[in-house]
Amino acid sequence: MTKLGQWLWGLALLGSAWAALALGPLGPRVPPPCRQVLLPLPVYLLVAFGCYSLATVGYRLATFNDCEEAAAELQEHIGAARADLRRRGLQF
Amino acid sequence: MAAGAADKVSVLLPTYNERENLPLVVWLLARSFETSGYNFEIIVIDDGSPDGTQEVAEQLVKIYGSDKILLRPRAKKLGLGTAYIHGMKHATGNFIVIMDADLSHHPKFIAEFIRKQKEGNFDIVSGTRYKGNGGVYGWDLKRKLISRGANFLTQVLLRPGASDLTGSFRLYKKEVLQKLMEKCVSKGYVFQMEMIVRARQLGYTIGEVPISFVDRVYGESKLGGNEIVSFLKGLLTLFATT
Repeated sequence: MTKLGQWLWGLALLGSAWAALALGPLGPRVPPPCRQVLLPLPVYLLVAFGCYSLATVGYRLATFNDCEEAAAELQEHIGAARADLRRRGLQF
Repeated sequence: MAAGAADKVSVLLPTYNERENLPLVVWLLARSFETSGYNFEIIVIDDGSPDGTQEVAEQLVKIYGSDKILLRPRAKKLGLGTAYIHGMKHATGNFIVIMDADLSHHPKFIAEFIRKQKEGNFDIVSGTRYKGNGGVYGWDLKRKLISRGANFLTQVLLRPGASDLTGSFRLYKKEVLQKLMEKCVSKGYVFQMEMIVRARQLGYTIGEVPISFVDRVYGESKLGGNEIVSFLKGLLTLFATT
């Protein structure tokens, strides 16, 4: 199954479970306090996922390494390479 | 460090207008292989660069020998995927390393790739900018944000089992790369992504090594609106078809 298919399956499964409990035939049997939580649950989950995404991307952005040393080392290596290649007769 | 005598690494270097960088990257490659002791060859696939890349490559053949530097030019710019296919035909190593010739990938990491490969007999070892000591140099905040955001989206949608999908510094077992090349159809960034996704589908194992990516020292780095759009298109295509 494609990744899209997996997502659709998952959403359909969760969605129908939610619909059955919150709106459908099982509705009256769910105690009212639970139903109050259940009704806006999809929206809560969506918001929670959004927050998680923002927090994750933000954290990773803040901890993205700046490789200053690697850049300095590369410059050094480039200098050495130039000198050695010139010595061996390369015309740049 | 003692190296397996049977191992040979073929490095594929697709080039287009890399006259400035090619000698430097070849020098760094040769030096790091001499240090690590692995047998190697460098296959330069130049797509008819007008800046004289081929002329400088011929000079390098004279310096390093035609068994170490193989020139396999093509007449015009034909894209990365076909460059790899073209180069692979001439590769004699059991491992193939794919990297950029613009010095953003430092050859010193190849020895670590091989060490990693030996650890778990991985089919692919991928360099990653997103883990451990990995990172980038020369990117502003906006570029980092786009990169992190795109990576997060890709991880959520594709769950690929590797942290750096758009990077192009990787080591493959030769037969694995051959198999993957038959399956992959995308271009550009998406091509690198598809390689990993297909690899997962085919049950290949992937090891990861943190790398530092130093953005182009000479020449222009490219990330425009067009690139982002084609990345998203490619991502959604892979999402819907794999």
